[in-house]
Amino acid sequence: MGKKKKANWNGFSLKPRKEMPEGLWLSCPSCKNMLYKKTVDENLGICTECQHHFRINGATRVEQLVDEGSFEEIAADLASSDPLEFTWGEQNYKDRIKVDPEQMNAHEAMLVGKAFIRGRGVMLAVMNFDFLGGSMGMVVGEKFCRAVDRAIAESLPFIVVCCSGGARMHEGLVALQQMAKTSAALARYDQAGGLYICVLTDPTTGGVAASYAMLGDVIIAEPKALIGFAGPRVIQQTIKIELPEGFQSSEFLQEHGFIDMVVHRKDLRSEIGRLIDYCGK
Amino acid sequence: MSEMTENNQNEIAFSSRQYLPFEESVAAIDERIEDLKRQGQTNSLQGQNAQEIRAQQVNLTALLKQIYSNLSPWQTVQVARHPQRPILSDYLNLLFKDVRQMHGDRAFGDDPSIVTALGQIGSQKVMIIGQNKGKGIKEKVVCNFGCPNPEGYRKALAKMKFAEKYNIPIVTLIDTPGAYPGIGAEERGQAQAIAVNLMEMSRLRTPIVCIVIGEGGSGGALGIGIGDRIAMLEHAYYSVISPEGCAAILWHDGAKAPVAAEALKLTAKDLLKLKLVDSIIPEPLGGAHRNIHDTVYNVERYITRTLLQLKRVSLDKLVDDRYEKLRNIGVNCARAMETTPQPKAEKQLEIPERLSIEAQLRQKEMERI
Ligand SMILES: [Zn+2]
Repeated sequence: MGKKKKANWNGFSLKPRKEMPEGLWLSCPSCKNMLYKKTVDENLGICTECQHHFRINGATRVEQLVDEGSFEEIAADLASSDPLEFTWGEQNYKDRIKVDPEQMNAHEAMLVGKAFIRGRGVMLAVMNFDFLGGSMGMVVGEKFCRAVDRAIAESLPFIVVCCSGGARMHEGLVALQQMAKTSAALARYDQAGGLYICVLTDPTTGGVAASYAMLGDVIIAEPKALIGFAGPRVIQQTIKIELPEGFQSSEFLQEHGFIDMVVHRKDLRSEIGRLIDYCGK
Repeated sequence: MSEMTENNQNEIAFSSRQYLPFEESVAAIDERIEDLKRQGQTNSLQGQNAQEIRAQQVNLTALLKQIYSNLSPWQTVQVARHPQRPILSDYLNLLFKDVRQMHGDRAFGDDPSIVTALGQIGSQKVMIIGQNKGKGIKEKVVCNFGCPNPEGYRKALAKMKFAEKYNIPIVTLIDTPGAYPGIGAEERGQAQAIAVNLMEMSRLRTPIVCIVIGEGGSGGALGIGIGDRIAMLEHAYYSVISPEGCAAILWHDGAKAPVAAEALKLTAKDLLKLKLVDSIIPEPLGGAHRNIHDTVYNVERYITRTLLQLKRVSLDKLVDDRYEKLRNIGVNCARAMETTPQPKAEKQLEIPERLSIEAQLRQKEMERI
């Protein structure tokens, strides 16, 4: 690994950029200030100096979003069957997805469950970037659809928090087809009259962006999240010119008409609650 | 079109034939045969040459059979990208009758990389949707090498909705390296355009037959790829990511594309085994590029047969079946058995600090009483 940091990219994430490093202190990638980690954690993972929204894992997101103790997880123990028996170099996918029961993040790339947000009952799906970059494979697709089924059965609003680099290539076309599967489930949900709210967080790209992330009745984004179909690196390699400032940010998408509102993390709960009330759900 | 007798009558002329790296031996025999034919015309060796030609043709057939029945996944990708492989315009010219192109997405423009057209196959009217890679460099540039922009996907959906309204079955012919990754494409919502197509195609009330005729490049292919039957030409490929892209990410080396192609299970055979594809349409010996007419004929037969089946199914059932099929992809998740996190007994469900509105209202009512 004599090369630059790039060589560490394992195909799941662009993690080294914005991950919250372990330890007491962390440096804000946006304003470069050194921040006391505990302070940031207590501040919902937001930089106290410049409001930079750090990436947070699925469990933390659930904790922040729902009424305390109200999250009732479903389909928790699903795991990928490794349909391609995928291996690369010395590594194989089967080992890579083994979850550690001791770890808080043994949730695959998505947690789904029933919860209350400011007293409103909802089905909630939260993507977990800590698990292979939040990539969408068969487990994400299946959990998503079970959540939709339940939301239809119980006439609940469906809230999804996206945080993903896209389809999980280790599951090949099975992963790609999860785009179709989740979108088809949303068609059913739409026909059943359900309210679907998606919250796009940094990053929402690839197959997730090109399926359920863009199908919300209401689409909310956290400030300055990276949202797009193709990753900036791919675009740059293709067109070979510098990308404009702020390209593919939440604000950029709002300006171009693809997002209803950019909402600060602190206001997410109240905003979602209000929307549910407006829609009479 | 329907009678294919002489098997080499429709082959591409030798002089303009292009060969893939692993076809060197094929090229050598082709050349030898061509030489013999030329000699036969100019001197009196006709009889002798004819015999030799026949012998060489037997060799050639055996060789092509040997090569093409053992293509590696990477070789398959190369065949799928062959510069002379039949593309959408060939199918429009040779397969469908009375083709009427319909342009534009009614919002932004007309993307030439996706063609939408009314046409007939036999006596059956169909709406044809497909990516067009273009022929010759000029046309290729116009068609953006078959990489659609958002307006292409929106055009496709607009025409599909038109087809739905008039009970016209839809045939999509998929052939794209992927949806275009450009600034304009992002500004105009590439992701949103594809997403909407996935959702809408899943519930369109008209039969949809999807065929990957060349490259099935990720979301760009899927954007017109939801249907009641998904077929692939024998040497087409369909993948979540290009082998080059996958190699660059996982192997940190784009040159490892052949290994990535192997790992991705992107060939028609592998995908049929994985039950992601319903049928494989055979290609003529030596690949689609060696005999365009035979290829088109095989595709025509598949479409005719499949539409006949689908038309017998009621629309309600058709749409339900389409959904069930999608819903079942990857449904057989394993259980994280021994690694299942222990149910957190101590974390009992608590009553939320605030109740749902309904519950609140009910409580209020109770208080009043
Ligand atoms: Zn900061």
